[in-house]
Order: sequence, then C-alpha cells, then structure tokens
Amino acid sequence: MSVVIPVAIVGGLALFFGVGLSFASRVFAVKVDDRVEKVRELLPGANCGACGFSGCDGLAEAIVNDGVSPSKCTVNTKEGINAIAEFLGIDEGEVSQMVARVICEGTWRNAGMKYDYQGVHDCHAANMLSGGMSQCFYGCIGLGSCQHACPFGAIEAVNGLARVNPEKCTGCGICASQCPKGIIKLVPVLTGYTVLCANHEKGGIAKKNCKVCCIGCMKCQKVCPNDAITVREYLAEIDYTKCVNCGKCAEVCPQSCIHDAMHERLPYEPDDQQQAANAQ
Amino acid sequence: MKELFAILLLAMFIENFVLSKFLGICPFLGVSQKTSTALGMSGAVVFVNTLASAVTWLVNEFLLKPYDLEYLQTIAFILVIAALVQFVEIVLKKLLPPLYKALGIYLPLITTNCAVLGSALLNVQRNYTFLQAVFFGFSAGLGFTMALILFSGIRERLETCDIPEAFKGMPITLIAASLVSVAFVGFAGLVIQ
Repeated sequence: MSVVIPVAIVGGLALFFGVGLSFASRVFAVKVDDRVEKVRELLPGANCGACGFSGCDGLAEAIVNDGVSPSKCTVNTKEGINAIAEFLGIDEGEVSQMVARVICEGTWRNAGMKYDYQGVHDCHAANMLSGGMSQCFYGCIGLGSCQHACPFGAIEAVNGLARVNPEKCTGCGICASQCPKGIIKLVPVLTGYTVLCANHEKGGIAKKNCKVCCIGCMKCQKVCPNDAITVREYLAEIDYTKCVNCGKCAEVCPQSCIHDAMHERLPYEPDDQQQAANAQ
Repeated sequence: MKELFAILLLAMFIENFVLSKFLGICPFLGVSQKTSTALGMSGAVVFVNTLASAVTWLVNEFLLKPYDLEYLQTIAFILVIAALVQFVEIVLKKLLPPLYKALGIYLPLITTNCAVLGSALLNVQRNYTFLQAVFFGFSAGLGFTMALILFSGIRERLETCDIPEAFKGMPITLIAASLVSVAFVGFAGLVIQ
C-alpha cells in the first residue's frame, strides 16, 4: 500500500499540470493569422534583416498585414517572391535582385603596404591606424570584417582583398554596412560590368599607390555608346540604369579595372607578399 | 535583511551556479556569443528561477513533506518546472507579447536548464524558509546573469583575436571559461556567518 500514495501524488501532480496547461492554452489562446505562417514558410528563413524588419517573421507579418511588397526580401529568388505574391493574390512589385561587389582590386601585390600591421584582425581596428596598412587610402583593407559579417559565407578575404562570390551572395547588404571604407556596393545582378576602384585621387598619385586603379583617363566615358559612364573626381562611375553590358569600357580601360561579374569568380593569384610572410 | 544579503552574496559569488557549481554550462557556452542574446537568456533565467524556487518550495512543503516523500523531490521538481515554464510561456504570449518576444526561444530552453533544478533542490537541502528560498532563486539567477554577461564580453573580444588554428572556436572558449572559473574560486575564501 505504501506505493499508492507516492504514485497518486506524482500522478496527480502530472494530471493537474496537464489539465491546467490544456486549459490555459485554451483561455490564453492567441489567434495567429494562417497566412503569416504560410508566407513565413515561403521566405528564405535567413533572418538576415536586410529587409529592415526583425527577421523573416517580422517581414511575413508586414507583408500580410501592412501590404509590404514581398520583393523587399532581397535574399529570396524571383520564383519565391512570385510564389508569395501568388499566394496572397497581390502584385509582386518590381523585382530587382542585387549582388554585392567589392569595388577594389588592391591585393597586397597590386597596392603596396604602408606598414606592417600586427594588431587585431579587424578592418575597423586597422582603419584607425592612418586608414589601414594599404597604400591606397580608399582601397580594401582586406582583414575580412565583411567576411565575418556575411551570413551566407559568400565573402572571402585573401591576399589583402575581400571578394564576393556572386553565386552565394544574396544582396542583403550587411557587408556593405560593415565596411569601414564603404567600398562594397550593391549592383544589379544583370549588370555585369563594374568599375573596381574607389580611388578619387589624381591619376599620377593613384598610380603610385596601386597598379590597378582608375586614373580618370575618360577613355571609357568616350567609348560608352549609351553615356552610362561619367568620370567624377578622377573616378569612373557606371549608371546602371543606362548600362547595356556591351563591355566596350572594359576593353579600352588601360588600367584594366573595369570587369564583368565573372571576374569575381577567377581563382586568386598567389601573392608574393603572402608567400614571403609564410616563409618567415 | 542581513540574512538575505548573505544569501545574495552566497548565490552570486561564492556559489556562483555556473562558475563554481558548474550548473547550467550548456546555455553558458551556447548563448554567450553575443552580449545581447546573453542578456535575453539571463533575463529568462532570473524570471523562471525565482518563480520555480517559490513553486517547488510550496510543492515540497505541502505535498511531499507531509507524506515523507522527499525522495521524490527530483522527479516532482522536474515536472513542476517543465509545467511552470510552459504555463508562463502561454500566459506571456497572451498578456505580455513584448516580453514574450524578448525572451523568445530562451524561455522553453530553460525547461531543461539544470541551474533551475539545482536551485530548487538546494533550497530544500538547506531548509530555507519561503522568503529565503525565493530570494536564493532570484540571486542565483543574478549570478548566472553576471557570469553570462562577463563571459560574452570576453568571447566578443576573443573573436577578433589572432588565435592559433587548433584553438579556434570551442577550445579557446573552454580555456577562457576555466580561467574565469578559477578567478571565482577566490570567492570561496569569503566566509559568511
């Protein structure tokens, strides 16, 4: 008989809690819009926050309740956005997928080093020491703050230069907000050609600091059939609303700093300085 | 008052749950990567720990003790804590959605947090009164908060350090945790009468 009381007490407790919880879940039930959950499932679920809402849940709610366009999500594929629009029976809005590009070609070999940096492995820290160790003040520091920030593992910082893998990049723009030099730009996926330089110095000075800088020679501006390129303060800029991807600018660029999107995928060249550092 | 202050010192420093008693190591290592998430988790722990201490004390005093069933403490307390957390979650979701959102995933995680069970069992072992038990639970939660926030600060700095390849990630975290723990052993010399 001595078993009965303990069993009754523990069993009774469990029963009490079970009934109490099921009762509580009825009394305190919160109505959730089914559509929010469905939209949430259709979103990529990366929770990157690039849409400006608190993760995918926040965006799903905003899409259903506040009529925000599903194309706000830059990570989603075109099919995914269309699926949401179709599910809710709304217009998906203008879908323009973006991809991040580091507008610099200054590897350690291309742009020399001002000094030997031994500090914390972080671009912001290096930037505080007279704008980083790269000779070019505008260029990539290459310590990979963007690489750490990227939730998709699309960036790799090797040989003093960060590079974006366009196949993995979703255009969320988190890397751009992390770059102390502000040289990560979001460009439309469809536009291949980009000026990979951010240096605003005069050609002669820029050339001393980096082998592959834009010197503002205006050749690309003259050759462009659609007037998509303007040179401002010794730096060429491409207007993506006008660019038709003809590639003529890349052909005439004497510094070869205009490249198409494929360029990001080229294998890294072994860097002399890196090898020297390894050998030591 | 003096008694309660002694309990606060005891639970926060001398017997810090994470660093001296090694309870709740899982969330300590799991959610200490960022100070913001550490704050969310420790907030939930303080909340649940205080509540659970009160409820388990009552269960022990009025259900188990009268029938000499103290040997059922562990299983009964697990039951109570799990049900309580679930209930709190349901109520918060309805009445305090902002707090529910802030605590987020950490609230259900606490169900399996041994720090909560640990404080419930310690309360009983030490024959605390109701007020003392509740305060001990609260202070233990504060101690957990302190350990978690201290450690998340260290981990945030570790991230930018140049760590040898073999030590990257969990190894260096465990080494750092052991050093912080060693530092807390110093409080063991503090004797409260």
